[in-house]
Order: sequence, then C-alpha cells, then structure tokens
Amino acid sequence: MELGLEVDESHPPFTVLAVKGEVDVYTAPRLREKLVELVSHGSQHLVIDLEGVDFLDSTGLGVLVGGLKRLRSHDGDLSLVCSQHRILKVFEITGLTKVFSIYDSVEAAVTS
Amino acid sequence: MSGATESMDLVLELEIPARPEFIAVVRLVVSAAALARRNLPEQRIDDLKLAVSEACTNAIEAHGAAATEDHVRIRVYEGPERFEVCVEDRGAGFDPDALPAHPPVTDPERLNFERGLGIPLIRTLVDDAEFWSSPQGTSVHLILYGEPAEDIPPDDAVGLRVEGT
Repeated sequence: MELGLEVDESHPPFTVLAVKGEVDVYTAPRLREKLVELVSHGSQHLVIDLEGVDFLDSTGLGVLVGGLKRLRSHDGDLSLVCSQHRILKVFEITGLTKVFSIYDSVEAAVTS
Repeated sequence: MSGATESMDLVLELEIPARPEFIAVVRLVVSAAALARRNLPEQRIDDLKLAVSEACTNAIEAHGAAATEDHVRIRVYEGPERFEVCVEDRGAGFDPDALPAHPPVTDPERLNFERGLGIPLIRTLVDDAEFWSSPQGTSVHLILYGEPAEDIPPDDAVGLRVEGT
C-alpha cells in the first residue's frame, strides 16, 4: 500500500502537499518524514490536501498535530483541505476541528 | 466470549503478524464481511473499519512493547441482533479506565499530544466497546447492533492465518 505525497509550490507562499491513499500506523511515518523535510527546507505555510485520502486513523491525526506544532514553532502555519464527510468526521469526533483550519478546496486554503 | 446471552456464530478468524503493514488487510476483510453480512449503512461500516484499525494498532504496539513474536488474532462473530469484532493481543495489558486525559483542544498544550486518541475514538465509533485486559493480554470487543443482511453468503466460518515474509 503506497501513500501518495505530491508537493505543489505553485501557490507561494504556500506549499501544498497532496496526500493520497490510506494514512495509518504503517504509512503515517512517511507523512511525518515529508512534513519534517518540508519544514526543514523552509516551508512555513503548509496546506495539506486530504481530498485523495481514503482512510485516516488516529496515527494520521497524531502526525498532523505534530506537523502543526512544528510549523507553529517555526512561526508558520498548517491548514488542511478536506471536504469528505468520512474523513472530516474523525476530526469532529476528536475535537480537532477546533485546532486546525480546514478548507473545502486548495483554492480556498491558499486565498485565506 | 462476549457477555451477551444471544447466540453468536464465528464467521471469520484472522491471524496476522504483529506488524503495521498487515492492518490494511484486516480493515479490508472485516469491512467486507460486515458489508456482505449485515444490514448496515455504509457510514457504520466506515466507523467499524476505523475502530478495527485503532484496536489492531494498539494490539501491534502492545506486542512490540512486550517483544512477543505471537500473531494478533481477530475474530468476527454475528448473531441475529449484532455483529462483533474481537481483537486479541498477548501484550502486557492496561487499565482501560485509567487512561490519561488530553488537555482541552483550546489549550495550546494540546499540540504536545500526538497519541492516545485510539481508545476514545473506538468508544465513539461503535455501539458498544468492551476492553478485557490482564497481564496476559487484552481483548477488545467492537459491537455494532443491527440485523443480518437479507441475502447472506454461505455461513461457513473462514479462517486465515497471514504469515509475514
């Protein structure tokens, strides 16, 4: 099972990371590595596009929380793009909708 | 195994090596069984899939912490009124009623906690969740109420043991 991670730098100052596939305890470490790599290469305003994600569990949530913390400690921010009910539900149940800015399209996130 | 009085049939038994790459298989097989055998909306199947994933993640971490090579066992039972998934590990056990709470999400300190969401999620996602834990291991029972599907596949129990490479 491969996790798709595509970086799009065409909306400066935002870096858009499109995630595709299932984010669980097996694949989440790759997402974490990618976030660390982007921040260490200077990305400060990160938009994570979850529209291609079919499944996200608490391990994935943990990586996103860790990413937000990392960005904030670099005076940056991390926002999410998600309009799928089944993925949004995981954020709602855990109260993390109050922690993340969640947009329903990349366009909305990069014009915020 | 469960405390219910209703008679339950074993419909599926899976054993997987305690490694993260095998959880996707369990999600697939268990959700396919629920979809085929129960009259449940798709959204409830998604909820079960997530709960199963969380329970398997915890089981695999428990085996890692206990350094055991044993497989994790997943069994699926059903009765006229419910569908039950049991995830059993041979880790060191824990007290399900003594889990540390997170700071509220409005507290900046919340960002220091990347873990510990699995069991609260499980409790929210299924109709009933039971945690039986001892120093010899833990079994997590995930229960969804509801009727069997009208056209159920043949009910020969399926047993699968997945071996790692």
